[in-house]
Amino acid sequence: MALAPVVTDIEQLKGHPAVARLVGWNPQAVEGVKFDREEMTITVVREAIREACALLRSDPNCPFNYLSDITCVDWYPSDPRFEVIYHLLSIPNKERVRLKVRLSGEMPALDSLTSVWPGANYFEREVFDLFGIRFNGHPYLRRLLMPENWEGHPLRKDYPVEGYR
Amino acid sequence: MAHLTPTPALEAGQDKTMILNMGPQHPSTHGVLRVLLEIDGENVVRMMPDIGYLHTGIEKTCEAKFYQQVVPLTDRIDYLCPMTNNLCYVLAVEKLLGLEIPPRAQWLRVMMNELTRINSHLVWLGTHAMDIGAMTVFLYCFREREDVLRLFEAISGQRMMTSYFRVGGVALDAPLDFFHRVKKFADRFPSRVDEYEGLLTGNPIWVMRTKGVAKISAEDAIALGASGPTLRGSGVDIDLRRDMPYSGYENFKFKVPLGKEGDVFERYMCRVRELRESIGIVQQALEGMPSGPIKANAPKVVLPDREKMKTEMEALIYHFKIISEGFAVPEGEVYQAVESPRGEMGYYIVSDGGPKPYRVHMRSACLANMQCLPTMCEGRLIADVVAAIGSIDIVLGEIDR
Repeated sequence: MALAPVVTDIEQLKGHPAVARLVGWNPQAVEGVKFDREEMTITVVREAIREACALLRSDPNCPFNYLSDITCVDWYPSDPRFEVIYHLLSIPNKERVRLKVRLSGEMPALDSLTSVWPGANYFEREVFDLFGIRFNGHPYLRRLLMPENWEGHPLRKDYPVEGYR
Repeated sequence: MAHLTPTPALEAGQDKTMILNMGPQHPSTHGVLRVLLEIDGENVVRMMPDIGYLHTGIEKTCEAKFYQQVVPLTDRIDYLCPMTNNLCYVLAVEKLLGLEIPPRAQWLRVMMNELTRINSHLVWLGTHAMDIGAMTVFLYCFREREDVLRLFEAISGQRMMTSYFRVGGVALDAPLDFFHRVKKFADRFPSRVDEYEGLLTGNPIWVMRTKGVAKISAEDAIALGASGPTLRGSGVDIDLRRDMPYSGYENFKFKVPLGKEGDVFERYMCRVRELRESIGIVQQALEGMPSGPIKANAPKVVLPDREKMKTEMEALIYHFKIISEGFAVPEGEVYQAVESPRGEMGYYIVSDGGPKPYRVHMRSACLANMQCLPTMCEGRLIADVVAAIGSIDIVLGEIDR
C-alpha cells in the first residue's frame, strides 16, 4: 500500500503533452497541475476552457480527440464551490488527461463544449440537471434525467439523500 | 451530423410533418427509452431521444454508503453485465488505496468478466434479431445465456446481481468443479456461435435489413463520444483491454474485431466476433489460472476469512471495524475506465479521506452511444430506427442511473 507522492510542480510536469501544449499557449490559463496515482489533472481558468479543449483536440503530436466524460463535484460549503471535470482521451496516443474548472456557488456558468465535441451535449445537460450549472452556448439546455418541473439539483451536497427537501 | 435538438415543429406540432412518440413502453426500445420522431410519411426528419424514466439517483446513494457497500449498487446500473461494473468500481477504489491484487484474483476477474461479456452479447444478439424479425435466434441465445448464468450462480451464489468482486480481490474462491464446468461450456460455445451466424450472417433478409442501414462515420462517432463496438464498427481501432490494460489483460492474447462501414451489419459482426474472442480469453484464463490467495494482504481493507474470524481475536476486531465503520481511503481522485460490452465504462471517484466516497460518477457508455442515434436515423425509414436502436445495444439502467 504505497502511494507515490503527489506532484504539483508545473516545471516537473511539462513533459506531459497536454501540460506542455496549454502552458505553451497561455500560461495564465493554467491555474495548477497535479500528477497523482498515474493521472494528470490540469486546472484551467473558467474563461479558457473551450479554447483549451479545442487546442488539445487539434494538437498535431498528441490529439486529445475524444471526450470521455463531463461531470461535476460539489465542495459545499467551501468556495469556489463547484469543480467541473472533463476527461479527455487521445485515441492515437492512448493517453488520458483530466481538465478541471473551479466555479463559485453563485450562478455557476461556463462555456459549453458542444461546438468542439457535439457529444458534450448530453453530458452537459446531465450536469445542468443534477448540479444546476449553466453551459453558455449549449443548443438545448434542458433537464435530462429529472422531470422538467423538478425543483432543486439532486447531486448538490445541500440536497438531502432521503426525506423531504 | 444531426443536432440533438428538436425542430420547432417537434416542439409545437406542425401540419406538414407528424410527431410520432415511440416508447417508453415500446418492445424495441430495450427498456424505457422514449424517442420523439418527426416523420414525413415513413421518413424520419428529426429524432430526439428522451431519457430519465429509470433514474434512481444511484450516484447520490453511493455518497451515503461505505466503500464496500457500493459494490451491490454497481450491479444494478447495468444489469446485463454486473461483473464489468463491479470490476470497474473495485479497480477504481483499489487505485485510490494503492492496493496490489494477487494474480489468482486478477485472472478470476478476467475470466468472469469475459463470461459477462458473452452473457451481455447474447442478450443483445437475441433481442436485436427479434426486433428485426428473426425469432429463433432469441431462443438459441437464451439457451447459452442460461449456461452462463448457472456458472455465475455457482461461483457467486447469484444469477444476475453477482457482487462477486470485492475491494481487494474476489468474494470466494471458485468451487471445486467450477473450472471443469467452464471448460465444458467454453469447448461447446464456438459451435453455438456458428449456429447463430448460420441463422443470420448469410441470411438475405437479415443482410437487407442491416447492410448500409444506420451508418455513422468514424469522425462522427468519435465526435459524439461513441465507444465499444459502436465505435469499432466504424473502423476506429481502440479497445481499452488491449490499449490501456487493467486487471492483468496484458497477459492475454486476443484480436480486436473492426468494421469499416459503420452500419448495423458491421456492428453486428464486431460483436459476434467478440463472442469468439471472449471465449478464447476464457480458455486462456483456464489454462493459466495461477494458484495462491484470492484477496490482497490488507487486513484493514479486506474482510478476514470466516474461519479466522472465529478463531483469532485480531481478525475478529478487523471484521468488526470494517463492517461497522468502513475503511478510510486516502484523499484523492481517480478515473478508471474498462471496456464493458457496450464501450468505455468509467468510474470517477473522489475521496475526502473518509470511509464513504465523496463523489462517485459513472461514465455511461450507452449515454454517449445513444447520442449517435439521430445521426444514424435521420433521413431513413421508421423501421430502420428499430434496427439502429438494437445495434447500439443500449441498457437504460446504465443511461439513467
